[in-house]
Amino acid sequence: MSSDAITIPALEVQEKPWVDLLHEWVTTVDHKRLGILYIVYALVFLMLGGVEALIIRIQLVHSHNDFVSPEVFNRMFTMHGTTMIFFVAMPILFGFANYLVPLMIGARDMAFPRLNAFSFWLSALGGFLLYFSFLGGSGLYGAGSAPDVGWWSYAPLTAHAFSPGHSSDYWTLALLVSGFGSIGTAINILATILCLRCPGMKLNRMPLLVWLNLVMAGMVLIAITPLSAAQIMLLIDRYLGGHFFDAQAGGSAVLWMHFFWIFGHPEVYVLIIPCFAFMSEIIPVFSRKPIFGYPVMVAATVCIAFVSMSVWAHHMFTIGMNSYANSFFTLTTMAVGVPTGIKIFNWIGTMWGGRIQFKTPMLFSIGFLFQFLIAGLTGIMMAASPFDWQLSLSYFVVAHFHYVIVGGILFALFAAFYYWYPKMTGRMLSERLGKWHFWLFLIGFHLTFDVMHILGLLGMPRRIYTYEPGRGWDTLNFVITIGAFIQALAILVFAANLVISYFKGARAGNDPWDAWTLEWSVSSPPPAYNFATVPTVASRRPLWDLKHPEDPDSRYE
Amino acid sequence: MSMLKMKSSTLRFLAQTMLLLFWSAMAGWASEPKGSSPHGTNIFAPASTPAKSIADLSVFVLVITGIIFVVVFALLVYSVVKFRGRAMDAGREPVQVYGSTQIELAWTIIPILIVVVLFLATARVIHAIQDAPEPAGAVDVAVIGHQYWWEFRYPELGIATANELHIPVSDPSHPTPTFLQLLSADTDHSFWVPELAGKTDLIPNHPNRMWVDPQRTGVFLGQCAQYCGVQHAKMLIRVSVDGPEDFAAWVRTQQKPALEDPGVAAGRRVFESNACMNCHTVAGTPADGRFGPDLTHLMSRATIAAGAAQNTRQNLRLWVQNPSAIKPGSLMPAMKLSDADLDAVVSYMETLR
Repeated sequence: MSSDAITIPALEVQEKPWVDLLHEWVTTVDHKRLGILYIVYALVFLMLGGVEALIIRIQLVHSHNDFVSPEVFNRMFTMHGTTMIFFVAMPILFGFANYLVPLMIGARDMAFPRLNAFSFWLSALGGFLLYFSFLGGSGLYGAGSAPDVGWWSYAPLTAHAFSPGHSSDYWTLALLVSGFGSIGTAINILATILCLRCPGMKLNRMPLLVWLNLVMAGMVLIAITPLSAAQIMLLIDRYLGGHFFDAQAGGSAVLWMHFFWIFGHPEVYVLIIPCFAFMSEIIPVFSRKPIFGYPVMVAATVCIAFVSMSVWAHHMFTIGMNSYANSFFTLTTMAVGVPTGIKIFNWIGTMWGGRIQFKTPMLFSIGFLFQFLIAGLTGIMMAASPFDWQLSLSYFVVAHFHYVIVGGILFALFAAFYYWYPKMTGRMLSERLGKWHFWLFLIGFHLTFDVMHILGLLGMPRRIYTYEPGRGWDTLNFVITIGAFIQALAILVFAANLVISYFKGARAGNDPWDAWTLEWSVSSPPPAYNFATVPTVASRRPLWDLKHPEDPDSRYE
Repeated sequence: MSMLKMKSSTLRFLAQTMLLLFWSAMAGWASEPKGSSPHGTNIFAPASTPAKSIADLSVFVLVITGIIFVVVFALLVYSVVKFRGRAMDAGREPVQVYGSTQIELAWTIIPILIVVVLFLATARVIHAIQDAPEPAGAVDVAVIGHQYWWEFRYPELGIATANELHIPVSDPSHPTPTFLQLLSADTDHSFWVPELAGKTDLIPNHPNRMWVDPQRTGVFLGQCAQYCGVQHAKMLIRVSVDGPEDFAAWVRTQQKPALEDPGVAAGRRVFESNACMNCHTVAGTPADGRFGPDLTHLMSRATIAAGAAQNTRQNLRLWVQNPSAIKPGSLMPAMKLSDADLDAVVSYMETLR
């Protein structure tokens, strides 16, 4: 492999001045570099969102604490939610999709490389706009203020009467701009998967990661569009005298809720489906067996995608819908549990009869399975709408969606980091630090989010900057804050691992995990053109066929 | 088959044990209030029919999901332990299994049946709570959410009050439920008193309804559950469930106009010559503002500032002088009165019984 095929700047430092390198990265249209840009960008925002979470937790450590003012607290939870969903979870998953999809289908790049770069820089601009609001938010007084209307920005709090400065505008524009970026990436992923598969890579031979990203990209198109429409309507309300959401002038606050959640619920699946994708690649490799029930896994994913489009109003059980609407959304929401359950069973079926290797990616995957199971079950509880009349807007719901997003999505992402970092950098992540990271994070996670369920059952609402003593909430909140700091410590271990292993990690070689998909057939990191000759595949596990010519998968298809 | 049955009964036992542990833990936190201290906010200590039917449904759902958890968790642990890679296997691959239609069908159909059962149980409770007709003898209250306080109006009784809702206890043999019409004057709010009922939002331009029929007397706590602005946290609710005589007595007091006490004429003058009267009503006087709470019977309430502080002279004085000291972000302006005026107006307020 020639040196200019290596994509990592540090290895080339001696050869090129940093300005050239910077120029190369800023102007790159290579899917692998853009993937890494997405991931690094998301990690920066993960740190910001994490600091905001810690500020929230310090404030809530005991009743009547005054670490921050209510105004600052409200900004913190708004920015924490917005950051984590739009500028951590989405870009990091797009990053992995960008990096992995072309490699896994034997393509040399995404279908539209320049659209790819454009989409990334739009998303980057969105994140910058959001955080610029700390400086430019309120405009006139020069004091600066970030958005403070919650990450759903329910009307009419966003109306000029209640939110007179510019902080809500920064929120709106940030989501609008990054939303266009997401749509661009989704189109790109769809086109790449449908048009650029290598010879022999039929739809039913694609790795599940590719299948699931195809479904995810389709959902992004459907979910982001109403959100963008709502943002434009909100801007019309705020600047052109519109009254879509202005209840004082006959507009409808409920309309915004529908717009937001018809985006917001599919969005949950936009985030979790790529994580299902990681699981469906990692669990088989570390169980040394093919995925159990491949066609069922694809069907379940498509089924989730469809059903999840009709469940959005379960976020609105408390708004006073009639009993028929509440019953309908109870049924659809419970129904989504069926294909999701099938997936969990199939992952267990994959492990069943295997020879499980407990490397760090597999540890995080098992953590994912355990936590996602609980998250699904608390989801069923809240699907029972009367139960939700108690649980909604309380700490129970906070616990539930952090179980999905941290216990599920973040654990799956950590698994993906430990699994594909060697491919991206050519170096293994340290297993020793990895295990410290896993156990610390697991302990911190459960201290924090298990306890939050109980707080919700005891009647503590979310988004309150303080609470009265004597409600029985003090001890639980104290434990939660301890857990949050243990998680923060684990993240520092992870960050240290990323940096140290980059320079000192063991050499990965092409295929450190003895895996079966095409990305492991090329060097680590792969050359800019990915494949010297375009591969031809005859089964779902081309590298298995290569390694086991006496018993190839292709014989059974 | 009998093996399977035995296993499932063991699992059920495990589930029940877990639930028992959970309940005892909850009971520990929910320890019964002592003396006259208010009831807590535990959703598993219901004191009214809607909260009770929700709690019953919740236990049913918890048992089902608990059983699912135990079964799947056991499968997960079993496969992790049983199928862990061993050193002697090094280099050898296990049998490559691709799937099984029968097994897939089994774990598709069983969950579908569970969903059907859960849905039917839930739909019954939805209907029972939401579509309950309003009986004769029910008390009607309009609940109006304002940024950081609650307005309560009893249209049939001609009463307006704030933050502390009084309702009659409801004897199951002779029910006197209270029906709440939920309105908002500004942003979204949510009325949540966990031991009486689930929460329902107050949304501008979108009237909602809920009902409670508390079967125990005492004070029940709750608070705004929908983020409504800077001081969302200190928008607390106290619901006083009174015995029939107490409730009737309370109604009689509230229906009277404000007490006239010539001893505090100076304070009244301060009240009526400052912005106070633009926002607050004192029935029987020119003060008829509705932006802030009705003060006609201020001293009949145990707390001020929507439950943020006890109703004492010291707190009243602080509240009038500098509301931010109690509730930063409150829409009540600091009145910047002289010490003499401040004392006079607080003395006047103290006569509003």
